[in-house]
Amino acid sequence: MSGAAGMGWEIVIGLETHAQLSTASKIFSGAATAFGAAPNSQASAVDIALPGVLPVLNRGAVERAIRFGLAVGARIAPRSVFARKNYFYPDLPKGYQISQYELPVVSGGFLDIVVEGREKRVNLTRAHLEEDAGKSLHEDFHGMSGIDLNRAGTPLLEIVTEPEMRSAREAVAYAKALHSLVRWIGICDGNMQEGSFRCDANVSVRPAGSATLGTRCEIKNLNSFRFLEKAIEFEARRQIELIGDGGTVRQETRLWDPQKGETRSMRSKEDAHDYRYFPDPDLLPLAIAPEWIESVRAAMPELPAAMRARFVAAYGLAPVDATTLTASKALATYFEEVVRHAGGEPRACANWVLGELSALLNRLEAEADASPVGPAALAGLVKRVLDGTVSGKAAKEVFEAMAAGEGAADAIIAARGLTQISDAGAIEAIVDQVLAANAKLADDWRAGKEKALNALVGQVMKASQGKANPAQAGEILRRKLG
Amino acid sequence: MFDHTVSELAALLRDRKVSSEELAALFLGRIERLGGGLNAFITVDAEKALASARAADARLARGEATPLTGIPIAHKDLFCARGWKTTCGSRMLADWVSPYDAHVVEQFDRAGAVLVGKTNMDEFAMGSSNESSFFGPARNPWDPSRVPGGSSGGSAAAVAARLVPAATGTDTGGSIRQPASLTGTSGIRPTYGAVSRYGMVAFASSLDQGGAFGKSAEDLALMLNVMAGFDERDSTSVERPKEDYARDLARPLAGLRVGLPKQYFTADLAPDVASCVMAGVEELERQGATLVEVNLPNQALAVPVYYVIAPAEASSNLSRFDGARYGHRAAGYADLNDMYRKSRAEGFGAEVRRRILVGTYVLSHGYYDAYYLQAQKVRRLIARDFAGAFASCDVIAGPAAPTVAFPIGEKTSDPVQMYLEDLYTISVNLAGLPGLSVPCGFGEGGLPVGLQLIGNYFDEARMLNVAHRFQQATDWHRRSPPGYGS
Repeated sequence: MSGAAGMGWEIVIGLETHAQLSTASKIFSGAATAFGAAPNSQASAVDIALPGVLPVLNRGAVERAIRFGLAVGARIAPRSVFARKNYFYPDLPKGYQISQYELPVVSGGFLDIVVEGREKRVNLTRAHLEEDAGKSLHEDFHGMSGIDLNRAGTPLLEIVTEPEMRSAREAVAYAKALHSLVRWIGICDGNMQEGSFRCDANVSVRPAGSATLGTRCEIKNLNSFRFLEKAIEFEARRQIELIGDGGTVRQETRLWDPQKGETRSMRSKEDAHDYRYFPDPDLLPLAIAPEWIESVRAAMPELPAAMRARFVAAYGLAPVDATTLTASKALATYFEEVVRHAGGEPRACANWVLGELSALLNRLEAEADASPVGPAALAGLVKRVLDGTVSGKAAKEVFEAMAAGEGAADAIIAARGLTQISDAGAIEAIVDQVLAANAKLADDWRAGKEKALNALVGQVMKASQGKANPAQAGEILRRKLG
Repeated sequence: MFDHTVSELAALLRDRKVSSEELAALFLGRIERLGGGLNAFITVDAEKALASARAADARLARGEATPLTGIPIAHKDLFCARGWKTTCGSRMLADWVSPYDAHVVEQFDRAGAVLVGKTNMDEFAMGSSNESSFFGPARNPWDPSRVPGGSSGGSAAAVAARLVPAATGTDTGGSIRQPASLTGTSGIRPTYGAVSRYGMVAFASSLDQGGAFGKSAEDLALMLNVMAGFDERDSTSVERPKEDYARDLARPLAGLRVGLPKQYFTADLAPDVASCVMAGVEELERQGATLVEVNLPNQALAVPVYYVIAPAEASSNLSRFDGARYGHRAAGYADLNDMYRKSRAEGFGAEVRRRILVGTYVLSHGYYDAYYLQAQKVRRLIARDFAGAFASCDVIAGPAAPTVAFPIGEKTSDPVQMYLEDLYTISVNLAGLPGLSVPCGFGEGGLPVGLQLIGNYFDEARMLNVAHRFQQATDWHRRSPPGYGS
């Protein structure tokens, strides 16, 4: 919770996300959608809107919308309608964008997120199909603007939430969960640098406890999670200060300026276009038969929510851990591979995946499927911890060495002499030495100071150069002291 | 020979009595000699025409001919044809050469038809007289001081004057049937979805439908056999088996029920037109048809509803003409909006601008429900009226236009009078039904009158059957305008 919100203000956030659907061709033409091609080399007659051309809907885009709807538990409309959104701009060749307005393909649904260990459900309003516009290039030509229509007609799914998020962190958690989900179900590559996943945030503020919504501003150009968080924080602060100074928030569209770290006004509501939406007469209403939905459902991968429930029920994991493990498909898959190689012990495996492995991945900014320590290798280490070959502390050292490419767990343990002493006789000898040298601690324990035992175990570990099995040492100490 | 129908010319070509090249030369010669005064063509390309005629001759020699192989035809200038100017009768596209073929153009090419030229039309098909063309009005060969009707006026005038045996047109509110009526030609608008709109520059997408002009119902059947059929590039194209529209031409009319809408035979209909149409209906009765009165209670709403829906769609369809990528761009402008404003103000004529304004208005926030949505509801009622009527009849008969051809300039200052030209045709478009017009006599001033037949969805073969039987018993369709006949 930001400082501002703590002072009697509540921040209200809704997100609109444009996810570029991973079809090979465009939503209404056969042109390719690959990123980075030479300008206008992927623009067909339909994309440049020659006279007489007509749109034909790409079924692959619809199929992906259905997949999304199923993944968020939404209603898939048996009949939805494409509408024209009319406005003039050079990168919009037809003078209208084909979108969905009154009857979207997906409505309702939800996404569960975890913020600071607390779960929250974010309800979705709708998701609709539409085409992307081209790009205007204002910098590259002196005194002129260039138009690249390669992107024109690229399929987008616009996913709209209810205004249910209450902090920038919640918004980021939602955006990350959505980003993970669209990649999980294979409908979007999620590449934010290339614009495949773009968020607009609607932000308003109101006195805490108020039931009416404040006037909102829409912030555009948020192409990273960091910008999303910063922009919302900035905007909420701006609105609170504005109201605090006796001003009123104007409904407007604002642009995030990452250089200056601020939002600035792009256009006010008064300047807003009248888009004159009406059903596109070139396209029939989109009919989706129940059989189509069922065939898509049958081909769906196990979804994060189902996998999470299974991790809790079958593996006995804590719900929070299960949520974190299923935050990305790569991590969840990695975890299950570790369990398989370790031959069980899911809780120990989860601790390692969520602990050392996640820390390593964060450091490397890598996904689990690109981890330098593979699931089989990690399982090899987990087994050595479980069978008592290495202590937990030594195991961390082994893990770091594995991450540095020094080989498998067993080889590193052997090479570095990290095998822990589990031989009762050997430990007993060390315990005797320690007790002899620390009579005061022994007396303390007998006097009821439980902590004294930990200190004694510490002495045993020190004397054994960390190799003694601490659990065993504790047992022997208790026996001898008792 | 220029007076022959397509089917007659096809027989001569097949029997090697004439070559396609000779036919092309014959009609090109007539266009050159007689066409100037009519302004029926925007583009004529003798070189291309003769080349494709020679190709057709080779195909005829190989015995691979279709009924259209080697037949000279013309396309309305809103069908995109690769390498041809496709102007839509507008300054906006006056110099635009299409890089691709419309589905219809492709189909005629495949059939071996010989394209001789592109015909004049009201700008973007908006008009009922051909007077809104940037290239000047086409004239009616029956009286060159009068209009040929519109918007497919050039095609109608060209076929009437025997400058081509047949031509394509489009019909959004009557743009084939009304000019056919005014020029004494036969013209058909098929069911919406029967002919692909791919490459047919859009005026009002939900109403536009390609069709044909010819000298006989039989020729219309041959033209439809080429044009109609499913095309996956048009999402509103209807997927159904290919049919032979000529299959029922000879069927006797005994037992046929002909519906006469009481709303068609009122004071709005000129008496000379009414008597020709009634004479035509009586001929059908003479051949064994029974006449039944039918009711189209919402007929009076058709014109107002059309002038909400068609401009709404047009205002959006014509947004692509912005001067940015192709078409007319103003010579000087201050900024982007100025470029749009000037290019579009210069590129579009008054009628097109008027309809863009009307369409923009009826789609605007706060007006949409009262105009556009309300019009769509009434549109459904109009379609329901026809469904009711077809419960008691097989085809509907009536006038195609309220009057004979009117003088050029008579209605240009009064758009509403011009819009009422489509009084009897427009409801067919709103319902998506097929309709045709065949000559049924001559009214005031010896000017032709058309009999309109309206069929149920995809019942073109039946309509053509009725029209053909009518033409077997009459010779109105064989009359040619003075100075253009043999």
